[in-house]
Amino acid sequence: MTAQFKQNQQTHGAALLVRIKPRTSALVRFTIDGRPATAHIGDTILTALLLNQAHVRDFEFGGSQRAGFCLMGACQDCWVRLRSGPRVRACTALIEETMAICTEGRAV
Amino acid sequence: MTLPGPPANVRRTRVVIIGAGPAGVTAAATLARHGVTPIVIDEAAKPGGQIYRQPPDGAARPPREIYGFDAAKATRIHGLFKDLQSAAKIDYRSQTLVWNITRNEQRFRLDLLHNGVQATLDADKIILATGAVDRALPFPGWVLPGVFTLGAAQIALKSQGVAIGRRVALIGAGPLLPLLVNQYLAVGIKPVAALDVAPFIAKLRAFGGLAAQPATLLKGAYYTARAAALGCAITSNVRSIRALGDSRVTGLAYATADGKTHEIACDGIAASFGLRSESQLADLAGCRFEFDNASRQWQPLRDRVGRSSVSGVYIAGDGAAIGGADVAELAGEQAALALLDDGGTPTSVERRHTLDRALRRQSRFRRALESAYPFPAHLVANIPDGLIICRCEGITAGQLRDSIARRHPTDVNRLKAFSRLGMGRCQGRMCGHVGAELLAAHAGCGIVEAGRLRAQPPIKPIPLTSALATEVSS
Amino acid sequence: MTLANTCDVAIIGGGTAGCAAAVHLRRAGMQVILVERDRCGGGASGVNFGGVRTQGRNPVELPLAIRSRAIWSTLNELLGEDVEFDATGHLKLARSPADMAELEAYALLAREAGLDLTLIGPNAIRAEVPWLGAAVVGASLAPNDGQANPRLVAPAYARLARRLGVDIREQTSVTAARRTEHGFEIDAASATITSRLLINTAGMGAAAIARLFGEEVPLEAMMPNMVVTEPVPYIATRSIGVCGGDIYIRQIPRGNVIFGGGRGGGDWMDWRSRSSTETTLTNIPKLVDIVPAFRDALIIRSWSGIDGLTPDKLPVIGPSMTTPGLLHAFGFCGSGFQLGPVIGEILAELALKGGSSSPLDAFRIDRFTQPGLAAATA
Repeated sequence: MTAQFKQNQQTHGAALLVRIKPRTSALVRFTIDGRPATAHIGDTILTALLLNQAHVRDFEFGGSQRAGFCLMGACQDCWVRLRSGPRVRACTALIEETMAICTEGRAV
Repeated sequence: MTLPGPPANVRRTRVVIIGAGPAGVTAAATLARHGVTPIVIDEAAKPGGQIYRQPPDGAARPPREIYGFDAAKATRIHGLFKDLQSAAKIDYRSQTLVWNITRNEQRFRLDLLHNGVQATLDADKIILATGAVDRALPFPGWVLPGVFTLGAAQIALKSQGVAIGRRVALIGAGPLLPLLVNQYLAVGIKPVAALDVAPFIAKLRAFGGLAAQPATLLKGAYYTARAAALGCAITSNVRSIRALGDSRVTGLAYATADGKTHEIACDGIAASFGLRSESQLADLAGCRFEFDNASRQWQPLRDRVGRSSVSGVYIAGDGAAIGGADVAELAGEQAALALLDDGGTPTSVERRHTLDRALRRQSRFRRALESAYPFPAHLVANIPDGLIICRCEGITAGQLRDSIARRHPTDVNRLKAFSRLGMGRCQGRMCGHVGAELLAAHAGCGIVEAGRLRAQPPIKPIPLTSALATEVSS
Repeated sequence: MTLANTCDVAIIGGGTAGCAAAVHLRRAGMQVILVERDRCGGGASGVNFGGVRTQGRNPVELPLAIRSRAIWSTLNELLGEDVEFDATGHLKLARSPADMAELEAYALLAREAGLDLTLIGPNAIRAEVPWLGAAVVGASLAPNDGQANPRLVAPAYARLARRLGVDIREQTSVTAARRTEHGFEIDAASATITSRLLINTAGMGAAAIARLFGEEVPLEAMMPNMVVTEPVPYIATRSIGVCGGDIYIRQIPRGNVIFGGGRGGGDWMDWRSRSSTETTLTNIPKLVDIVPAFRDALIIRSWSGIDGLTPDKLPVIGPSMTTPGLLHAFGFCGSGFQLGPVIGEILAELALKGGSSSPLDAFRIDRFTQPGLAAATA
């Protein structure tokens, strides 16, 4: 376990989701708020995030965090921002190589 | 002898089906069989809807693993659609959101979002097969990371091959609960709790009606019995639930009918209480709605074969009334036949009668199911003031009660205007019905008078960039 | 219990103006019955942009707008609740040198009417308002203008009126109204209301009421096009308008961006209105040009409403020219929200004293049928 990983675990909590069997598809490298992370082809952004940490985004009205809810594109609770600007709905968009995901909100 | 073709000035009727779940797929197949080539628009990347949802490339697994008992049905629906596609019998537009429908004389204008770009499509006739979402009800801790809907817990498994935790608590009020318990057992995760908020006695009382669909009843009984045999018996008549945890779920507290409270450690909770129709597009198309007491929700009015109150708009499947996948298949075909019939295309009377009989049988079963799993009014009766009701805007029950007491909203749209309930990204999908329940309880009006949130375009968020001409991409 | 159907003043239309008039008349001891077709504040008063703006108005409106602005400062106390009024200032933007010249000319006119505007030139605008896009070449700032939540104001007036003892009858349509020997009779639902005075604040429906008394106003239905985005970081600390009026923008501290401009659609005869996709898609590039930081936001909702538009884009305010005891205030052409509170006061003055301390000549109802009058004020 690298020091970086340990720190991630402490700061961001352990994964929320659990893979039921190992994924054989190709590895995808991406970043979460600048920290490197990996997922697999076929993972949604939400899956990719929640296999690495316990939240998808900061909630904009208060100090709490959200981690999706319906997973079918209805509740709109999992929108995140790509560092390049665009907003993506994490439960319906697939993770892509080099994606830079921002889960950090800001106090309104 | 050659038959005269249509005059040059007669445009072919354009039929658009919205949704590629079981209702949309059978509707498309029925139209195609009668020589009509529909446009099928669906938000997902692959057909099947939520029930027969297909994993993305890279996450594929054998159908038996994904769909269990329903693998054959799923495979048939996927195959049917694939055949229509390869024979060019349909014009399939995947990953496309219809975010608005407006009536324009006798036609309809659909506003679409595809690939981050805006488009419009005119339609003469529309079949809405928009499906359903979980009916969520708020309980303390429901906004914590690690709390999902039952549908979400199932999609995670089916589409992503992930579970919502290692120690999972499942809570429901409908047939999805025993199914999901079994699906989690099948992947080697034994739920730490399986809680039904409906009383067991209601299920016994409903037995007669449930027997109208013996196969489905047996399947449900099998799931329930199998869960119990594997040490995960479903506890009925659960009175209250509370997710525990600070920054994520760490436990669940619940009260049973005997008045005892229980607390268990868990790292994932899935809870929802039946389903709600996704009916925003029907609303925007101008369809009239009625309140259905049995399922305690508003539904677009339709006749027995799926005609809405708006000429040219047909509704089928869970988007019209919750009936499940088998009903959706039949209703999709029935709505398509009605559409053809209305347009003067001859269809089989015998087939229509067969569908009608089958759907009536299903409807008896459905009524029984609704009495087996009545709306859990006790969960919304004592919502504490501090609880967030509107997830998007963070509006609490206390704020809503304050708004009701001081500003006297007369219906849920007024409550929305005063309090911001339902003004967030989800347009009240997750909270509108709860706002109506609170309003009815505190303003002393009936749930029908409390009304329903009117849909406003866009029915789902659309990016500003979709309207910037320079944004056009592949 | 049967409701008393006799009153001093009957008011048709429960928008801000009608409800505010009810409050002031009741406070002066009048018995008031207010009849509203739908719900108080459910029409144009409740679904408008929410701009509390003096800047950019026709100079003949400025005395009213300036007087109304003073009421806005104390509105929370008057109403007993927070209507989210925020004196953010209003920037009217120039996107060309010609626009800037227009702003300069307007500033001179406004100063004469008592409204002080600050002109911000091309160099200063970058420094002072760094969140504006390069398309903006200058602006005029009305520092005391602002914004408020339109969904709250008229209902708050209506509740205050009720607390004071006004008989408010919602979801009640007026089917007929006539002058009698001693006043008026108004058929509203199953009741016939008898009043000494009658106030017509029925919005788009007001032309039909005026017509009952032989007064023709060529009122056109005006449906604005309103859009709101998800919450994004709060940077647009001032309300925004532009020369030409084709777009207006404001952001609330919660983060949502509201933008309007152009027209929606619908059928006012059925009281139905909807936003127009075409209009929305036309407005988006303008919004992004003006505040580039909003570019990646998501639209979450849109709506419209129905207001009355007059040929000279000025409202009708004042006594009837045919019928003693009848007062009108309607046709606010999409910019009545800011004026609502003062219109209530003015109507009460007219009803109680027969005249107003504010100049109302430009708003006479007969200006459309008496050529020359309109020309003199346009």
